[in-house]
Formats: sequence, C-alpha cells, structure tokens
Amino acid sequence: MNDINTNNIIEVKNLVKEFKGLRAVDDITFTVKEDEIFGFLGPNGAGKTTTINIICTLLSKTSGEVTLGGYNVARERNKIRNCIGMVFQDPSLDDRLTALENLYFHGLLYNIPRSALKERSEEVLEMVNLTSRKKSLVMTYSGGMKRRLEIARGLLHYPKILFLDEPTLGLDPQTRNKIWDYIIKLKKSKNITIFLTSHYMEETEICDRIAIIDKGKIIALDTPDNLKRTIGGDIITILSEDNVKLKDYIKEITGSEVHDAKEGKIRFEVKDSSSFIPKLIKNSPVKILSISARKPTLNDVFLDITGREIREENASARDSLRMRMRRRMRH
Amino acid sequence: MKKELIGVYTIWLRDIKRYFRDKPRIIGSLGQPILFLFVLGTGIASSLSFKGGGGGDYLNFMFPGIIGMTVLFTSFFSAMSIVWDREFGFLREVLVAPISRTSIVIGKILGGSTIAMIQGAIILLFAPLLKIPITFTVFFKVIGIMFLVAMTIAAMGIVLASVIKSMQAFQVITNFLLMPMFFLSGALFPLNDTVKWMNVVSRANPLFYGIDAMRPVILDNPALQLYPLWLDMVVLASVTVVMSILGAFLFSRQE
Repeated sequence: MNDINTNNIIEVKNLVKEFKGLRAVDDITFTVKEDEIFGFLGPNGAGKTTTINIICTLLSKTSGEVTLGGYNVARERNKIRNCIGMVFQDPSLDDRLTALENLYFHGLLYNIPRSALKERSEEVLEMVNLTSRKKSLVMTYSGGMKRRLEIARGLLHYPKILFLDEPTLGLDPQTRNKIWDYIIKLKKSKNITIFLTSHYMEETEICDRIAIIDKGKIIALDTPDNLKRTIGGDIITILSEDNVKLKDYIKEITGSEVHDAKEGKIRFEVKDSSSFIPKLIKNSPVKILSISARKPTLNDVFLDITGREIREENASARDSLRMRMRRRMRH
Repeated sequence: MKKELIGVYTIWLRDIKRYFRDKPRIIGSLGQPILFLFVLGTGIASSLSFKGGGGGDYLNFMFPGIIGMTVLFTSFFSAMSIVWDREFGFLREVLVAPISRTSIVIGKILGGSTIAMIQGAIILLFAPLLKIPITFTVFFKVIGIMFLVAMTIAAMGIVLASVIKSMQAFQVITNFLLMPMFFLSGALFPLNDTVKWMNVVSRANPLFYGIDAMRPVILDNPALQLYPLWLDMVVLASVTVVMSILGAFLFSRQE
C-alpha cells in the first residue's frame, strides 16, 4: 500500500459519488494536513459540498477510500462525528431557542459533561463576541451573528477539524470580512485544522493550500501563491474599436491566448504589463478605448484552466429555493 | 446506550421547548377544532336528526372525534417537519452528531406525540362547555389513549417523511391521506352501519381504533364502542411498533 503520512488528518483516495448516474464527485484524491487551512474553491455544483458531506459522514460514497483522523468514514461514523465540527452552508440553528440553549443542545448531543458545558459555552461565545447576546432568541440575530454562533457551536466539543461550508454565503461584504477575521483569529489561538469551501476567490487566499474543483474533479491543488504563479504574469483587459483585429494582433506579438471578457472586452496575460502597455498603445492597429492591468487572482487561475468564470453558473430551481430559504432564515 | 438515550431526550426536549415558545402556534392550532366543534357541529346538530351515537346528541358524539382530529394533524405535521428540518434546519446539526438515526426517529416520534397529546388535552378541557363530565380517572385514561394514537400517527408521518422528497407532496398527503383518514375514522359519523365499503376501509385506518377507544371513555358510555378497548390498544400499539421500525429503517437509509 501507499506510505501513510501521519501528518495527514484527512486522506481521500479515488473518491467517486454518483447521483442517479450523474457523477457529482469524479475520482478525486487529496489529503489535508494537520493544522492547516485547506480550501475548496469552485463554482456552485462543482462537488464541494458533496465531498464535505461524504467526509463528515452525512453521505455515503459510491467508491473510493476516505479516512479522517485514521478512522474510516464508512465504518467508524461516530468516531469521526466526535472529532469534527461543522458549519453548514444552510443555517442549522434553532432560531426559536437562545444562543445558550443552542449550545446546550449541542453539548447534550456530543456528551459534554454538564459541568464543563457551561464554561465552554462562555468560552466559545466570548471568542465570537456574542457574550452580551447569549440569552436572546436566535431569531433576533443578524445573518452575521448567526454565522458566528454556528462557528462557536462547531467548536464547542473541541473538534480536531472544523468544516466551514461556504461560511460567508448570503452575507454582506462587511460581515463577510468580519467572519474571516474570526476564522483567522481562531486559527491563531487554537491548534485546529480548518477545511473550508467557497466560491469567492478572494476569500480562499487565507488558505495554506487550495484545491480548485470543477465538475467533480480537482483541477489544481497548491498554495495560493503557487497557483497564481502558474499564470504568466499580469492580466490585461482591453476595450477597443475592433476586438477581432486586435485579438489577432496581440496573438501575433505575445503568442498568448486572448479570451473574450465581460462588457465586450478582451483579456490576456503578459509577463510585464508596464513595458507592454506603452508599446501596444503606440503600435496598435485599432483604437484602444480603455486598458487596465492587474496582478492575477485565483479567479484567473480558474479561468485559465476551465475557460469559464467561477461565478457565472446559473442557479437551478433547487438552488433558488435554497437561496430563498436562506434569505428567510438568515435575516 | 446512555448516549443514545440522551440523544432521544435532546430531540424530544427541543420539540417541546419550541412548542411552548410558539404561543401563536398553540392558539392557531386550536382554531380549527373549535370551528369544527362549535360551528360545523352545532349546525349539523340543529338541522339533522342524529340516530347513531347511543342516544346522545350529535355535539357530544362529535367531541371525541374532534380530539382525534387534533391529535391526527398535530402529530402528523410534527413528524413531517423532519423533512424540512433535514434540508434547511437544525436537523443537519443533529445528523452529524455522534448519535444514531434511530434515536433521532424515536425522539421525533415522542416529541410530536407529546405535543399532540397536550393539544388534545386542551380540547378535552372544553368538555364542560358541552356538559360532558370529565373525572380525573377519565382525563388520565384519555391522555394515555391520545398518546398512543399520537405515536401511531407520528410513526406513520416519519415513514412518509422518509419516502417523500419535496415539500409540494405535503399538499397531496393532506388531501389524499389525512382528510380521508379523518373522515373514515368515525370522528364525524358512526361507522357501524354506513355503506359497506366505508365500514371495510375504515378498519384499515389506525385513527378509527383511536376514536373507537376514546369515545366510550370520554362519554362514559360503553354502548358506543365497536371493539373492546384492549383490542383497539393492541391494534394501535402494533401499528406504532411496525411503523417506528420501518421509519427508523427508511430514515437511516435516506441521504
């Protein structure tokens, strides 16, 4: 057999999940190291949540091997459940209960001794700054507060690994930033492995390693910096009077692929934009209306590999029902 | 084992806490039975002559039936909430906790049954308005029967919840299962000498045995019973056991 690395807290080998013949997860293999922040980045429906659900014992796999902390997901479910904390994509708090009561029920389910439960509840509430609202019904919480409470609850039984499935979905940008601050703070104060998914590229940059996942397959796996380094240099976006002509010209002088971008623009990569742009403007066969250059992001990495933007996927009927529910339950 | 019992208790306690916190729901859910009893019942009683029911008047005859109806709907919908909860709510948190699916199902059945029993007991308190005397013994006997009926219905609810996938199916179930169960239970009219098919079909309806057990006890009139109390209870208990096992099996299998 393959050599077993004791530093790997999660090992996934050739995992396949089929739903009625449809391959949601298509033969993926990866490992998550102890104490790292590992991220799954990909569009909706890429198979992120399905994979997480299999690892955390909510779904059965079609084939493949999955272990967590040395336990087999198919055979040692309760052992795995004891050592993971979950923050689900969809709200899973009871909003007719107070924060303390939600934690109390969690404590009961995880068999935390009553004497320790109170102290731990205070500790996790303090960590996410909800101490002053601990006796309010969750109904009265804002979306961001609910998320924070869910993170606190996920930590209550001192899990070895915390799963965060789209932890900022449905939140406004400010609140999103705050949630990430809490996650970074958490990482600094505890020895814990964090496994998160997101379809916001910027957000996954806090990860130590990222797996980019699309259509059930892992198409890249590395540190954020290394991933971005796979892109040749800078990204240039241009609006011109004649894109077709300009495209040919750029292909000719740079030798790189030119893609159509949003709003009738075209985009491509060059090694060094600061010397390229003046040259282009001087020699361009067509009139350039606007031009911009920037450093590559993870979105460019995704675009580079798949030819699509991460967030352009259309929501299915089921997704839009989910979104409606989420809005109802979050706000 | 102790862990599983705590799991059952947690699921149960959560349902009870939610129930008592939701005052509008408690009041709202009493609206329908009261409407049936005092509007429909009074209307029918004053316009038709009633020949069944062992000589009592129609409102009295209907009263245990309305309690049955309350138990039926409350218990069934509490159990069915497991579908909703599983997709969007608190249940996901429970599903990933280290307790078995069977404990979740048992907790849910007990929670739904307790709530249904409380709702039924509240309707029972209207008895004096209908000049039906309720002694303590009768009260506790009825509570016991109600709890068993509620468990039967809740267990059936879990089975259905594990089979159906969408919320849209709720409407279909209400119209094609719950309403027929209510009409063919003997709640609104006696089922001993109606048309033949009704007599036959009603015997396949668990609620029929529940109403048949409650009515003679509440009205203190043994002439009203079609089957002996013990037989009703045995039928209900058997259906509960079978449905609970089936429900636990289906729910565990579901993803």
